[in-house]
Amino acid sequence: MLRLAELWVRRGAGAVLHGVSLEVPRGELTALVGANGAGKTSLLLTISGILRPHRGELWWNPEGEEPVRLDRLSPKRIVELGVIHCPEGRQLFASMTVYDNLLLGAHQRRDRRAVERDVARMFTLFPILGERRRQRAGSLSGGEQTMLAIARALMARPRLLLLDEPSLGLAPQMADRIFETLLELRAQGVTLLLVEQNARAALEIADRGYVLEGGRVVRSGPAQQLRSDPMVQRAYLGIGA
Amino acid sequence: MSAYLLQQLLNGLMLGSLYALVAIGFSLIYSILRLINFAHGDLLMVGAFAALAAAALGGPWWAVVAIVVASGALAGIAVERVAIRPLRGMPQVTGFIATLAVSVAIENLALILFTGQPRTFPVPELLRGQLELGPVRATRVDLVIILSTWLLLLVLLVVVRWSRFGRAMRALADNLLAARLVGVDVDRTILFAFALGSAFAAYAGLLWGARFGQVDPLMGFAPGLKAFVACVLGGVGSLAGAVLGGYLLGLAEVLFVGLLPPAYSGLRDAFVFAALILLLLFLPNGLLGRPEEERA
Repeated sequence: MLRLAELWVRRGAGAVLHGVSLEVPRGELTALVGANGAGKTSLLLTISGILRPHRGELWWNPEGEEPVRLDRLSPKRIVELGVIHCPEGRQLFASMTVYDNLLLGAHQRRDRRAVERDVARMFTLFPILGERRRQRAGSLSGGEQTMLAIARALMARPRLLLLDEPSLGLAPQMADRIFETLLELRAQGVTLLLVEQNARAALEIADRGYVLEGGRVVRSGPAQQLRSDPMVQRAYLGIGA
Repeated sequence: MSAYLLQQLLNGLMLGSLYALVAIGFSLIYSILRLINFAHGDLLMVGAFAALAAAALGGPWWAVVAIVVASGALAGIAVERVAIRPLRGMPQVTGFIATLAVSVAIENLALILFTGQPRTFPVPELLRGQLELGPVRATRVDLVIILSTWLLLLVLLVVVRWSRFGRAMRALADNLLAARLVGVDVDRTILFAFALGSAFAAYAGLLWGARFGQVDPLMGFAPGLKAFVACVLGGVGSLAGAVLGGYLLGLAEVLFVGLLPPAYSGLRDAFVFAALILLLLFLPNGLLGRPEEERA
């Protein structure tokens, strides 16, 4: 499980996370909802080592292994531990081919043959990517780019997958497909932390959820319970979706 | 085509090869760091003096080449560690000024060590002599310059296209955040790019010495500037552009001198830069460049 204990993060002049504590249980899908600027993206960037907390602790406890303290490790080491970040806005290698993007997803892996098998698996999962394997990633449509971003993250064989707004800008049908993929991953035992502005969809598929406001956790609990929470309903479920 | 023109083309190819070798390193470093490395030309001088020293020791030719390449790579690594890495994340102009400072430091260190007196470069027996290729006379040095440059460019193409390191480098040049998130070792990749680019420049220094017969501590300035121009011409940050720009520049310089009346030959740089300005008016990103965001 992933555990954040009293995490404070500064970005520029001010703090973006004010002592956030939360837990992502192993094998579950945890949703993190909140408005723009609530600190969701900063939280994910802190887990993957791009941002550094100035107070608090960040622990990752993989199955059958000793807990590791992540907040002192380089992004590269964190990737090697199986903590993989699928970032906001996809952040593909736009000038490189679909195939190269997938290989880069597996950059820290040395098992070349298994990597090639995983590429083939991604092309089964997302056939359109197979058709476009030699095309530049920047030339794909929005939905295809999102698929590629997720496929690239899967190439690392994640144990904990951090997803930042994977449904943003997608047609509802495409967004549903992405959410189905996430449920399949959970069924395979991947731990997921999903950041979403679409709180309704996120809380429907999640096991538990956290609501972030102004860099603080204001609500947490089983997703079902959050869905019926009047404050959550008013602020996050009445709008959007 | 007249023999005279063919001869000029050969000379242009030779000069273009040297520019391309230096320009490649410029472009490599720029594409990854968005940093214009003004000390890059001085690595050519480092290579030339390394060749001088290695030749004085009297090793076989391949040992001289190995020493030159290794000195270039080490010098590039030193530049990165001392002057570039500590400044990462600072505004772009800070890095730019830092490389100017490094350039001045390297040149003055060389002036102290070797004095400003130009030294004769001992052209090895292997590179002396001429060959008749139909109507064209080529010196052995010219052929070695052109052919070894093509070989190196081929090797570089393979490395950048298909190696793990090459993929990491392209990833870093394309999207820094994404490269970090997939676990690319940013520090090591940058260091390697400096080593590779600097080794190319140092090897160009060896060839420069062998071709023009003289070395001095300030010899890197002009080729460095020309290589920078070649990069701008081809599109800064594009490796293919750097090669294309290098050859176009080399050919343009030689042809200006060769085809215009002798009275104009002193103006060759003026002609070349006028052509560059004209080209940039129509293609502000160079021939193969794409518009890019700034990155510190």
